[in-house]
This record gives sequence, structure tokens and C-alpha cells, in this order.
Amino acid sequence: MSAVLLYALTGAGLFTLGLYALIIHAHLLRKILAINVMGSGVFLILVALGGRTAGAVPDVVPHAMVITGIVVAVSATALALALVLRVQAATGRAELPEEPLE
Amino acid sequence: MRSAGRRWHYLLFRWALMLLLLAVAVGLGYALLSLPQQAVGLSEQVSANMATSGVQNPVTAVLLNFRGYDTLLEMAVLLVALLGVWSLGSAEVHRKIDPEPVLSLLVGGLAPMMILMAGYLLWAGTNTPGGAFQAGSVLAAAGILLLLSSKRFPVRLMGWPLRVVLLLGLGTFAAVGMTLLFVSGGFLQYPSSLAGAFILFIEAAATLSIGVTLAALFLGGRPQAGPYR
Repeated sequence: MSAVLLYALTGAGLFTLGLYALIIHAHLLRKILAINVMGSGVFLILVALGGRTAGAVPDVVPHAMVITGIVVAVSATALALALVLRVQAATGRAELPEEPLE
Repeated sequence: MRSAGRRWHYLLFRWALMLLLLAVAVGLGYALLSLPQQAVGLSEQVSANMATSGVQNPVTAVLLNFRGYDTLLEMAVLLVALLGVWSLGSAEVHRKIDPEPVLSLLVGGLAPMMILMAGYLLWAGTNTPGGAFQAGSVLAAAGILLLLSSKRFPVRLMGWPLRVVLLLGLGTFAAVGMTLLFVSGGFLQYPSSLAGAFILFIEAAATLSIGVTLAALFLGGRPQAGPYR
């Protein structure tokens, strides 16, 4: 297995793990963390697939996309955290309003 | 107390979810495995046009020249996120905390170094890894350290001077793009002899804006001069 595939499959695994956590956890902070894990998986796949060129120089376009993506992910996370703070201030808890299943 | 039926439902849901996600993972893995082992992508177009891009670092060339439109919109995303955070409430710039002497001393020494490093990263971005986003992040880290150690930002800078710096990056980017639209007939189409200068000019403005925007996002609300002066 080539290094590119190893990284890309790891990225796919991270994405799936994040998706599982996003669905299963009711706490909003955990959901935000889960979305960030999913995003990291996508970035890992993009960077890995950029390395499939024949020479030593990788395809830089996906790398530039990942830089853009990281900044967007950081700002979206900040907005989400501010929203969670507002939810906590309004309802007293930072969870989705459903009965805990545990 | 939970009935046995609910518990059973929950277990069923969990197992069904795991199976579903297993299918997602297998599908993703299959898609990745069926991709060609070698792909040129856009690397040939990038290297063919590097001479006209005005910079030597291909990532900077893609971000600021070939796909400058993406980066322009990304600056807008940053600004929109900050507007969203600000619309949710206000936050005090000066919290009443007593920073420990070690933190205070460290920040006093680190912050100037980080600002210097941001400048270097911005300059280095033209031919080695670096650029506006890296420099902006370092700048933001310096700002966050200053906020955490409750160094005092002048309150009068929290009004319109802050807004001007926040808008500087997007404004400069859009203004340069529009000027070039009228001068050279294409939005953000730099003349290749001046491309390097244009890119550095936009990046300098963008670095300031990115750094201040990220630090302002960290505040978690519209800055407000609190009771603590």
C-alpha cells in the first residue's frame, strides 16, 4: 500500500469516526469537536491525493484548498462556539433538548 | 428509570448506526482505492504558469493569483463569521484576572517576537512556505496571548480603528481586483511584471485583517470596554 493510500484511507476513517460522534452525542461541544474531526479527515484526504504526481513535487492546488479550508473551519468553529454559549445562556444547558438515552 | 423496551430500542439504533457508518466507510475506502495511482491534476498548469505569477512559491501563486477569487471570498467568510459572533452579544475586552508573573513576563517577551515572526512569514511566503494565513495566525496567537494575560488594549482603539483593520484585507483585495478590472480587463488579473508587488500588498493587508479577526473571534463577542480599566 502506498503512502498516499494510507493517508487517504486514514482520512476516510477519521471522517467516519467524526460522523459517528456527531450523531451519537447530544452535547453540542462534542458535536463541534466531531465536525472538526470530520474536517481533518477531509483535509488529510485532499493533501494525500495531491501527492499522486509522478515527480517529487506534489499538486499544489489541493494544498492551497486545504489552507483555505482550515481558515474557514476555524471561523465556523468560532461561530459555533459562540452559538453554544448563547444556547447555554438561554436554556441553561449546552445540549440538544432531548431525553438522554444513557 | 428506563424500561427494557427503550433500552432495546437504543441498542438497536446504535447497531443500525454502526452498520450504516460501516457502509459509508467501505464506500469511501472503495472510492479512494479505485482512484488512479498517479494523477497529474493541475500541477502541470501551475508549473507552466509560475513565471507569470510574480512569486516563486507555488502555493502562494495558487492562493493569491491563479485562484485569487477563492481567497477573496475566504476573507469574506472570516468577516461574516465575526459578524455572526458579534451579533450574538458583547464581550468584555478586559477581564479582571491577575496574570501570574511568569505569564506576564513571557507574554511581554513573546508578543514582539511573534509580531516579528508574522512579518517574516509574510515576506517568506513569496518563495518558501509561508504567506498571509500563516502570518495572520501567528499574529492572532500573539493577540490571544495578550488578551489572556490581560494586557490592556487602549479602549479608544476598540471603536472604528478596529473595524477599519478588520475590513482592510477584504477591502484592499476587492479594491485591487476592481482596479485591475478596469485597467487590464479582468478581475484580479495582475500584469505579470507587477504581480509580485500586488500580491505582497494584498497579503500584507490580509495578514493584519486575518490576525485581528481571529483574535476578535477568540473574544467571543463584540468588544466592549468593561468596568475594569
